Amino acid sequence: MSFLPYVVAAWLFLIGLYGIITSRHLVHLIVCLSVVQSSTYVLLLSIGYRIGAGAPIFADVPPGTPAVDPVVQALTLTDIVVGATVMALLLALAAQVHKRRKSLDPQHLRPMRG
Amino acid sequence: LTIHALPPLPVVVPFLAAALLMAVGHHLSRRVIDVLAITTAAAVAGLCALLLDQSRQGPIVYWFGGWKPRNGIALGISFVIDPFGAVLALLAALLVLAGFVYCWRYFNEVGPLYPALVLTFLGAMAGFALTGDLFNLFVFFELMSVAAYALTAVKIEEEESLMGAFSFAVSNSIGSFLVLLGIALLYGRTGALNLAQIGTTLHGQPADGLVVTAWVFIAAGFSVKAALVPFHFWLADAHAVAPAPVCVLFSGVMVELGLYAVLRVYWTVFAGTLTADENGLRLMLLAAGTLSAVLGGVLCFAQRHLKRMLAFSTISHMGMFVIGAGCLTADGLAGTGVYVLGHGFVKGGLFLCAGVVLNRFGSVDENRLRGRAGVLRGLGVLVAAGGLALSGMPPFGTCTGKALIEDAAEHLGHRWVSAVFLLCSALTGGAVLRAAAALFLGWGHAINKEAHTPQKEERETEDKYPRTPLVMLMPVGFLLILGLAVGLWPALVDEAQRAANDFQNPARYRSVVLYSQTPVRAAGAEEPPPRGYLMGGASALAAAALALLALFSDRLPSALCRLGRTAKPLLSALHAVHSGHVGDYVVWIVAGVAALGGFCALLAGKG
Repeated sequence: MSFLPYVVAAWLFLIGLYGIITSRHLVHLIVCLSVVQSSTYVLLLSIGYRIGAGAPIFADVPPGTPAVDPVVQALTLTDIVVGATVMALLLALAAQVHKRRKSLDPQHLRPMRG
Repeated sequence: LTIHALPPLPVVVPFLAAALLMAVGHHLSRRVIDVLAITTAAAVAGLCALLLDQSRQGPIVYWFGGWKPRNGIALGISFVIDPFGAVLALLAALLVLAGFVYCWRYFNEVGPLYPALVLTFLGAMAGFALTGDLFNLFVFFELMSVAAYALTAVKIEEEESLMGAFSFAVSNSIGSFLVLLGIALLYGRTGALNLAQIGTTLHGQPADGLVVTAWVFIAAGFSVKAALVPFHFWLADAHAVAPAPVCVLFSGVMVELGLYAVLRVYWTVFAGTLTADENGLRLMLLAAGTLSAVLGGVLCFAQRHLKRMLAFSTISHMGMFVIGAGCLTADGLAGTGVYVLGHGFVKGGLFLCAGVVLNRFGSVDENRLRGRAGVLRGLGVLVAAGGLALSGMPPFGTCTGKALIEDAAEHLGHRWVSAVFLLCSALTGGAVLRAAAALFLGWGHAINKEAHTPQKEERETEDKYPRTPLVMLMPVGFLLILGLAVGLWPALVDEAQRAANDFQNPARYRSVVLYSQTPVRAAGAEEPPPRGYLMGGASALAAAALALLALFSDRLPSALCRLGRTAKPLLSALHAVHSGHVGDYVVWIVAGVAALGGFCALLAGKG
């Protein structure tokens, strides 16, 4: 197993955070959040990956055929569903903000201070 | 229906009710929806009380679909219900119940959406408190977070609500991704998701880099929800804009659940590997708790916006809870449990009072309302009682909890904890008392005119009522009486100590979950000393003194005033840090993770 997927996961996490921190547009910020989330997909899938193994479908294969770990795939699917919910909600909030203020720059949209 | 089928019901019942409301709610009249919501919340509270009673004999283990472990290997998903989890679910259900009763006369046109969201929130919180599976914990965490984001933005026509919900959602999503990364790393190491199973695999092994990293990610991720400094920034923004009955749930139980998750995972999974240097870990937790407690207390006292004031007080109390749990002893944890209960009820009552004020005057700004609330004498008495209870006046539950924690810390040689508690109780209670005196008695003078607080706030209610409806005051009284009952119920301390003993015994947890062994009841400890009442009384007095000092600061000798003015730049800097900008909040989260990681790496290196 190479280190590459783990490096990719770490990179996605950090570059997404960088995007959120420096973002000047709410939709851009939401996309960056989904980039951060992609790092969890990559990490989960690479943990369950085995070189040369097939998909975890056990019909029509002899017992003992190597397969990748189905648990992490189920976790990733759950994670994707959760992510879709959060993104949809955030985009709806951003759309409402735009309707009221005609701006999506977080620098101009501070809720309150102190 | 036997007792063995009960465990999933606190989750299933509210979800079904929420689905029903969403499906047919538009055809029902408002009162039918309200009655359905109230009945469901009461039913969940009853179920949780039943489970709490049962779990006193030892954890109740429930395997979904009958997938029981064989030879100590667990593949299925389990609920493991111990008194701590059950009591938190009960607390959530009671606060939801109070909130629903309060809503009888509260909202304009919310329709079935609001009760459906609150019931989803309740089901998720109950599942979060009762589960024994790490990934299940994450799913319920996400579910309660999403419901909470939507509830924060219920007043969708206000830009402030939208932005408050936005920073809340972004901060907490990053927290949940951190948790998920930690879960993935643990699964990669152990191949298990059941807490007991992971704990068995890791037990006795030295903590290597991967285990420490997983711990840092999980602890930091849940700390975002627990609103510990420096992960706390979202909390005040979200509390300021969320409707009062939602704030009750946020402050009363949701953030506490964040801390519960850290402790649950620590004691079931990491206690066997990370404890090479228990004293170092304890010092780290005590320091982190003190930071949250003091910073939250100071910011609370500096606030004029009632809801933000209560929000910062929650941050301060979370710090005190961390100090209690951070003692890593059963006494400290038992004290934290009692304190969480007492605080949840009292804080909930105070938020409902803030909602009544908002309904009457369209504002919750202390300076703008000075003296204008004098007509609401009953409410004034309730707010003052809540302020005293918040500062830990005996015999409220807050006093008992605080005394237990102070005692536990003293046993470990940390006497300074009492001083921190006195200061923070005085600051948070004093802020509420000051606001009560200003609002209802018109004492003091307006200072800080260019306040950092917004001037406009929409009413959340249908009309401006000529009198405060009794149905809005009743839940406040109900919650304060519950806060009193926590302190007066003599058996509670003993029960909490037994439960804490079991909570901190991972070997027992594992044998119950994986080998279905009948647990032996742990022994309780000694009675709490009466000194607690003295300390509680002292902190209530200190709170009142601080409130008077703040109200009549213009009559002080000028030397003292000058001294007070030197603190101003520091406060301004603190206010400037709370910029309301999501990006800044994320920077602080990253810094917090880095700091936590650094400390834990040092600890692991020493061990």
